[in-house]
Amino acid sequence: MSAQRTLSITDKLYRNRYKVDEESHLWIKDAKMCLKCPFDFACIRVCPTDVYKWEENKITITYDACVECGACRIACYDVGWKNPKGGFGISYKYG
Amino acid sequence: MTERFDSVVVGAGPAGIAAAYTMAKAGLSVLVLEKGEKPGAKNMFGGVIFRHHTEKLAPEFWKTAPIERHVVEYQYWFLSKQSHVLVSHRNQKFNEEYNAFTVHRAKFDPWFAKLAEDAGAVIINRTTADDVLKEDGRIVGVTTERGNVLADVVVAADGVNSMLAKQAGLREETPEGATVLAVKEVIALPRQKIEDRFNLGADEGVAALLVGFGPGMHAGFMYTNRDTLSIGIGVDMRDLDKSKQRPNDLFEEFKAHPSIAPLIKDGDLKEYSAHLIPEGGYDYVSNVSTDGMLVAGDAAMLVNAINWEGTNLAMTSGILAGETVVEAKKKRDFSSRSLDTYRQRLENSFVLQDLKKYRDVPKFFEANPHFFTEYPDMMNDLFYMWHVVDDELKANRIKRMKGYVFKRRSRLSVLKDAYHLWRLFS
Repeated sequence: MSAQRTLSITDKLYRNRYKVDEESHLWIKDAKMCLKCPFDFACIRVCPTDVYKWEENKITITYDACVECGACRIACYDVGWKNPKGGFGISYKYG
Repeated sequence: MTERFDSVVVGAGPAGIAAAYTMAKAGLSVLVLEKGEKPGAKNMFGGVIFRHHTEKLAPEFWKTAPIERHVVEYQYWFLSKQSHVLVSHRNQKFNEEYNAFTVHRAKFDPWFAKLAEDAGAVIINRTTADDVLKEDGRIVGVTTERGNVLADVVVAADGVNSMLAKQAGLREETPEGATVLAVKEVIALPRQKIEDRFNLGADEGVAALLVGFGPGMHAGFMYTNRDTLSIGIGVDMRDLDKSKQRPNDLFEEFKAHPSIAPLIKDGDLKEYSAHLIPEGGYDYVSNVSTDGMLVAGDAAMLVNAINWEGTNLAMTSGILAGETVVEAKKKRDFSSRSLDTYRQRLENSFVLQDLKKYRDVPKFFEANPHFFTEYPDMMNDLFYMWHVVDDELKANRIKRMKGYVFKRRSRLSVLKDAYHLWRLFS
């Protein structure tokens, strides 16, 4: 059996190198829109690293897991997305 | 702090470095801003570096560049639930004249960036260009957290999510239909194991494309590196959204396929990454020039998804952008009229010629997803039927196989598909 199959996303992300900023580079532009999300929570669904969760009637963002792919930004216009500050965020060792 | 350069290049990937190298070599003062802690830190690909185009900047680069393996075999896998059909081409000519190399971008890109540095460009890492700087409607530089940088021309090579192209008004928000989400793992395996599993000699590599899994236009990829495998999937963003499946779940499903799992067995995960690929083709290529700015590489959506080419389009667009700036500098004209010749250069090169040739291909496959789902399935079933040995007479077998095909797709639709494919590529 393959060694990877049992790894959760969290376990996988431990293998990555990040330099975490104190400030998030992701945000929700209008949290009210999430209450009646027209996209069936596309941000949660399309994210490959589980950045978004629905908790207590709002989207929470674990931005330190983000690999900056941009899928959420494309799936929902209510996602605010910018590049992390220089040197911060994901830092691939292989790529 | 405000600095002034002939050109500021944003992004130290293949496009940005090719542009910076071209301009620096012609004597221009060039600053490259890289948001990562070093070039390549933000980059991943399911791909290769091509000898032909890379040699235009660095002859015989493989002798010094950190490459992994040269590709000697191209594999096309057609998957079904528990089977596959494999079409593969291996050629000794790829050993005599290299065609493509697998690399780790976090290792290759810093080496590549050094070319531009050696030619005289200044590279500053850990610096994000936040916005374009405008004066009287024309772009005159970029803003960064460390201050503004002024330049006659900004070359935006800031990748698929290009903030600068959008801020400059050259690109709309990226539509879902123009992008594929790639999720990838780098899996470590002993060198000998990789060579045994893929039947490779030392330094030889395989590039593999796999279709026929998951609910839509999905493709898998595998590349052999020295002592790691790069394995991943690319999922059309629309299909991903529609299917309601999570990218990581799709990926795990792919890796668990009985034909794939043995290849990565006992491997150790080194890195999990994700990136968007701008695969929309010609119709989604952005505007590439305006007063004071040019856009190159993924930022301009220059990827040929049909032939799995990207880094060569990036490098070539970078070179052409660089040449455009060099010429503009000679004329002292950085207006859009002068810089618009960049578009023409792209149109005259293979970059936009190839994308134009395949202009209708993305739309065709979008309208005909069965090429990715039903046909691979049918191929597998037919091969299976052909090989099962029992008491059935071959005449009946062949009849049954024909019946199977035309039950799943009408004669007319098979003929139409064959005709359309022919038309698309001829």
